[in-house]
Amino acid sequence: MAFALQTRGLTKSFAGVLANDHIDLDIEEGEVHGILGENGAGKSVLMSTIYGLYRPDSGKILVRGKEVSIASPAQAIHCGIGMVHQNLTLVPHLRVFENIILGHEPRRGFFLSRQEALRRIEELLAETGLQIDPQIPVEDLPIGLRQRVEILKMLYRGASILIFDEPTAVLTPQEVDQLIHYLLNLKKNGKTIIFISHKLKEVFALCDRVTVLRRGKKVGTLSIQEASPEGLAEMMVGRKVLFRLERGQKPGKEVVFSMEGVSTPPERGKALRDIRLAVHRFEIVGIAGVEGNGQTELAETIVGLRRVEKGKIYLNGEDITSLSVKERIRRGVAHVPEDRHRRGTILDFTVMENLLLGFEDQPPVRRGMFTLDVSTLRNLSSSLVREFEIATPDVSTVIRSLSGGNQQKVVLARELSHPVTLLLACQPTRGLDVAATEYLHRKLLELKNQGKAVILISADLDEIRSLSDRVLVLYEGRIIGELSPESDEYQFGLLMGGKTLASA
Amino acid sequence: MPRLSVRRFWEIPFLAEAVAILLAFLLGSLVLLVTGYSPLRAFAALFRGAFGSRNAFGQTLTQATPILFASLSFVLAFRAGIFNIGVEGQLLIGALSAALLGNSIKFLPMPLHLPLALLGGGLGGALWALVPALIRVYLGAHEVITTMMMSYVAFYFTSYLVNYPFKVPGWVAQTNPVEPTALLPRILPPTQLSLAFILALFFAVLVFYFLFRTHLGFQVRAVGLSPQVAENRGIPVASRQILAFVLSGFVAGIGGAGEVLGVHEKFVDGFSPGYGWDGIAVSLVGRLHPFGCVFAALLFGMLRAGGMSMARVTKVPLDLSLIIQALVIILISAPRFIRVVILRKKGM
Amino acid sequence: MGQIINLGLFQAMLRMSLPVLFAALGGMFCERVGVVNIGLEGIMLNSAFFAVFATYASGNPWIGFLAGVLSGVGLGVIIALLTVRYYGNQIVVGTGINVFGLGFSAFMCQRIWGSRGASESVTALPIFRVPYLERVLGENTVLLYLAFLLVILSHLFLFYTPWGLRVRAVGENPQAADTAGVDVHRYKMVFVSLGSGIAALGGVFLSLAHLNFFAWGMTSGRGFMGLAAMIFGKWTPVGCFLSSLLFGFTDALQMRLQALGILPSQIILLFPYLVTILVLSGFVGRATPPSDYKPYEKK
Repeated sequence: MAFALQTRGLTKSFAGVLANDHIDLDIEEGEVHGILGENGAGKSVLMSTIYGLYRPDSGKILVRGKEVSIASPAQAIHCGIGMVHQNLTLVPHLRVFENIILGHEPRRGFFLSRQEALRRIEELLAETGLQIDPQIPVEDLPIGLRQRVEILKMLYRGASILIFDEPTAVLTPQEVDQLIHYLLNLKKNGKTIIFISHKLKEVFALCDRVTVLRRGKKVGTLSIQEASPEGLAEMMVGRKVLFRLERGQKPGKEVVFSMEGVSTPPERGKALRDIRLAVHRFEIVGIAGVEGNGQTELAETIVGLRRVEKGKIYLNGEDITSLSVKERIRRGVAHVPEDRHRRGTILDFTVMENLLLGFEDQPPVRRGMFTLDVSTLRNLSSSLVREFEIATPDVSTVIRSLSGGNQQKVVLARELSHPVTLLLACQPTRGLDVAATEYLHRKLLELKNQGKAVILISADLDEIRSLSDRVLVLYEGRIIGELSPESDEYQFGLLMGGKTLASA
Repeated sequence: MPRLSVRRFWEIPFLAEAVAILLAFLLGSLVLLVTGYSPLRAFAALFRGAFGSRNAFGQTLTQATPILFASLSFVLAFRAGIFNIGVEGQLLIGALSAALLGNSIKFLPMPLHLPLALLGGGLGGALWALVPALIRVYLGAHEVITTMMMSYVAFYFTSYLVNYPFKVPGWVAQTNPVEPTALLPRILPPTQLSLAFILALFFAVLVFYFLFRTHLGFQVRAVGLSPQVAENRGIPVASRQILAFVLSGFVAGIGGAGEVLGVHEKFVDGFSPGYGWDGIAVSLVGRLHPFGCVFAALLFGMLRAGGMSMARVTKVPLDLSLIIQALVIILISAPRFIRVVILRKKGM
Repeated sequence: MGQIINLGLFQAMLRMSLPVLFAALGGMFCERVGVVNIGLEGIMLNSAFFAVFATYASGNPWIGFLAGVLSGVGLGVIIALLTVRYYGNQIVVGTGINVFGLGFSAFMCQRIWGSRGASESVTALPIFRVPYLERVLGENTVLLYLAFLLVILSHLFLFYTPWGLRVRAVGENPQAADTAGVDVHRYKMVFVSLGSGIAALGGVFLSLAHLNFFAWGMTSGRGFMGLAAMIFGKWTPVGCFLSSLLFGFTDALQMRLQALGILPSQIILLFPYLVTILVLSGFVGRATPPSDYKPYEKK
């Protein structure tokens, strides 16, 4: 059996944390090999090390039996290894062909030979059955096609071993099918494919063999025929995975929050069109959908950051459509934002300063016209840290030094430190480890069982289905349908892909 | 445009700053050696000129005063994420406003006249900062260039005013002297040290209090560190940026007023040897904290006062202080450079 | 009116656009690789001094020319090292360089010529004879033609060569360039140094062509105007050229008005700075810069 790529004892750590622990990998020539694991298992780190983005602490990499040293992506490409990342590494303003040839430009004297570049690209397009205009700027392409450009980049450089890092994270189920089809095509053309994912369905659809990583170590390698979803899931997580959580109280009759016919203009993002939703007491409403269909815009509208063009928003019977963010905060709208670092916490502020954000103009910390009562703040912060079990040396520690999970706890603690009428949680467990995720899920259910109204926006369908009482699917800025969490996966897939159930 | 990460006053000890200052002096010595001066004599004269006598000491504190105001001004704006490098211009406008209010109003008792003149100076600076503030917030133009241009405009505009409409007959381009009721009393005769110095220290406390003990200051700092998070928490970002920018101009204006009402007793064309620039260096050395600025301002006041004396005594051009200042700014800009290259600490 | 608007004004406009153009082109290269070069003013002042000093010492203005450019490259290397390799704050470094330029040039001027305000006169750069063009463009040193050449070469380089493509990639998405195998740090260092060298030509122009001596602070903010011209010109060579003409026009007009004594000199001297503010306020907010100027860290 010829091996395209192997590693022996590959180890890499970051700041004392072992991301890859002596990993031995064997990728056969011409196979599609899946690398499976949950967040933080070390999949991306392993592949990035192979691709030369990181230098390993120890261990060997062998390409076709020969040991190689890969100190940069350029060297990886030289060995025939190409990688398509989750965050596409394309330069938006440059055209498709410029992006593809970057670094390996065909020349005529001192100048770029545009003809030669276009000729070679047309060849590649024909070979792999793609249709893209090479002259348009990449920023004008939809994300699915941008991914193909990224793949073409690798093929152009003669890559025969292609690594894909969670490529389907931003695709609809239909686009995922297209990608899988394309990848199988590549396999027929003799390429070797390494496919990183945490989605069992795709791995079963695509791969010949699968390696599972957990907490930096390799758990095992199986051929796909020997594997089962439950078995793989167990290998990934290390224990029997509960797919259903106890859901507690049934939703009440009283409507706490509703949006009626809300539309927002298409500035800075997607336009929302005719959003109708209602959340009751004792209820978690999940908003599912592939990222990029208006989730961010919906959250911004609920919170007060986005202008409403048509329609109304009600909170406990009051029309809050034109209220500012601060006014909504004062009425108990709590928000766990989707990007902790950019929207949730100020990394250079201390824990107690972060706990104050949004409430700095209210008593008890605000005293008189301007003053902040720092000792009161300190006391309140300390009790919150205790209540939410936040691991921090002190409340005056800069929050940057806390782990992701603890930072998210600070956000949650802050939101829950004042009376809550509606909690909006957006991708709350993204980037968190299993323990932190479980904590957050428990807290959300706790809130619901206390009678609060919760909206959960998440791209993680399993999370939505295990927590929600009802699920709404967002597609292209509209609520395209409602499902019960027990509905079949394919129904979700259809809605997320834009097909209403009636037309299916 | 890029940001500077603001570290706390009491976190890492001031190793980086101390090393930067030391290095700057060392490199300054090199320049002196290469150009044929004796660094020992030059720096001896410098230190004597800064501390050697009651007069010298007074001169140091006198020079430190406008520098401290300028640095507090820069810090206020910087904490909101604003690079106000036009402090010099705001200072000049404040100075002229104070001079005009001081010399044109007669027969007003001091308890009213002095605060009025000072306030006028502050407002002048504030208004001068309002223009680039509005341009930045509503038109998106980066304040580095606009404030710089406003400084040039301020320089030429005040120069024009003091050479033509408000000129006193004679050779020197200056205004009429300020009424005695608007003057800041001298506190260390026979030096020029005036109450302005105490006022500067007071403003340092004021700025500290504003930034760290009021909810507005909290919001300003949040905006400076992360406008997106601030916006998410309901803080009106543009409004706080403008507030900080204008307050920054106000403080710079008071600094200019302090010079006119405390030291020169009139507005003289070209009286400022670049206090605005000193202010920026001081802010950086002082870690962008008001109390750090006090210490750093004293250091740079020493450089200026000592430099003037050194120039008189040893004929070393007083621009040496500017060179040292520039080296401090450059070296402080990259703490990693100091850590890795100078202190040989492995791993950035 | 005829005294003001005439061929002489056109020629003066071309000449006075040069310092701003060199600064703009230099700044453009720096920003195209993702570094904001605030220190252009200091670089230009410094090179103005070195140009005169070297000419004074050697008697040959071409040595001065070389010295000026090299001093710019030298400062550029320092800026590049501090901002690219040691992740220093670009605006702080630039401000430091500006103060340094001011202080160092004044210090040296005093040391060498005994006067803080101005140096002695030196031999200026000779007129570059171009038979027919001269009638329209006026008598100019080689710097004018060098400027034209630079604009054309920069345009070809940036948009028609592989290295220009990489430069554009490095500034806009250094991660993409890195994974494409481009040495991001090297490109940044090279082009920041090169850009600084180009900007230095502006200083050489001021002290060896426009005048033939060094005067304290003679750049008078033209480094900053160069940045404004670059933004106005959307970070393209041709755009820099056209917007520099605007600044050149204002400068030429201002000099003319001063000579005619119509308004007090201080008011006239205000014009270029007001124009800069207007240019920036009327315009910016629409153009997207070629980079987010964040330092690029390899892990």
